[in-house]
Formats: sequence, C-alpha cells, structure tokens
Amino acid sequence: MKIKLFYFARLKESLKYSTEDIVLADGPWTILKLKALLAQRGDVWGQMLMGKLKVRAAINHELVHDNAPIADGDEVAFFPPVTGG
Amino acid sequence: MTVRVQIEDFDAGFEIRQLRHARKDVGAVVSFIGQVRDINEGDTVAELTLEHYPGMTEKSLNAIITQAKARWNIMDVLIIHRVGTLQPSDQIVLVAVSGAHRGEAFAACEFVMDCLKTEAPFWKKELTQSGERWVEAKAADDDAKKRWNK
Repeated sequence: MKIKLFYFARLKESLKYSTEDIVLADGPWTILKLKALLAQRGDVWGQMLMGKLKVRAAINHELVHDNAPIADGDEVAFFPPVTGG
Repeated sequence: MTVRVQIEDFDAGFEIRQLRHARKDVGAVVSFIGQVRDINEGDTVAELTLEHYPGMTEKSLNAIITQAKARWNIMDVLIIHRVGTLQPSDQIVLVAVSGAHRGEAFAACEFVMDCLKTEAPFWKKELTQSGERWVEAKAADDDAKKRWNK
C-alpha cells in the first residue's frame, strides 16, 4: 500500500525531509510499526522517531495514538508537541 | 465561525466590530490577543518564526470551535493565527467570541485558547543571541487544557 508522509518543525529539519511518498508491504500497519520501520533508516531517524523526544502523529489531519491503524492512501504526519498561540 | 491562518497582521478592533455588528442580540464579545515576547526561558528573543501544517491547522481550529459551540451558548467564534517570521510585540493570535452574556463568552474564549495551544499544529522557533531554537511545549499548557475535561 502507498501512503504520503509529512514531517514538521524539528523533525523536518533533522531528517531533512518535509514530505515523501512511500510504499509499504501489505499491512496491517500502525503508527508505531511505521515509526519502527523509519527508525531503521539511520541514527537521526531513530533518535527523532523512537528516541526520548516526544513525537506526535496525525493520520489524514487528525491527531492519533501510536496504535492507530494506517490504510492505503492515508496522509501520515510526524511532528513534535505543538507550540502555537 | 471563521478561521484564518495568515502571514499578514490583523486589526483586532475591526474584527471585533464585525462580530459585534453581525447580530443585534450580541450582548458580549470576549477576545484574547497573544503577542510575541522579547524574552523566553531567560533569554532575549529577537525574532519568532511560526510553522504550521496547512490543511490540518484549519481543520483542527474548526473542530475546536465546534466543540466550544456545543459546550456553551455562544453565537460566533473567530480565530486568526499568524505564521511566518514575527518580531517582539507583534500579534500572533486573536480569538474572539460573541454571545448573549459574558460568562459563557469568557469561558469559551479561554477554552478555545487552551485547546489551540495543545492541539493546533503550529510550531515556534525563536532566534536568541546563541542562535535559533525550537520552543518546547509546556506542561502548564497541557494542565490548562485538562481542566476542561472535568
């Protein structure tokens, strides 16, 4: 299945990616499983997604928890806790 | 309800007047303006840059307004949030709530800000004398949001 990924703020800066399309092996997939997969890309990926920094995730513009399921065509985003206002 | 995410500054007086004049049965307008401070965590801040997640931001702010309207008897809510690079004293955010009476408008305005601080996908980066740094989320903001769960 194919998904679109977005990274914001500190994650975007450190990973040097703002968006990418990736193809995943047939599911089921969750946010946690996707983070673990991306973390294998290297040190900075592991630190940013599975380290001690808090990471929030959204699927199709809704904040979700680590166990949220990902479906084909979803837009998934990773970012630090928000600091607007 | 109106949500605007913009680079440009806003005229709070004009926006509040619009809310006041929209209906003759408005008895109260409560508003909040957040602005850039020149100090954070003990360091001088020269500049603040705000990033957001286009699409999700608008959806999240609209969802917050919908919750506020379900919870309190209010008439209208306006949220304007700026993005891009701002200087100390620049306005960042305006939340304005109109209603028949002040009590519900006050509560709804505070609720909207507490939700915005913890849910809307904005991120601040500040420029200090030692360089750029991302602003850390504050536990106090999470606590402020949790008060509304009761």
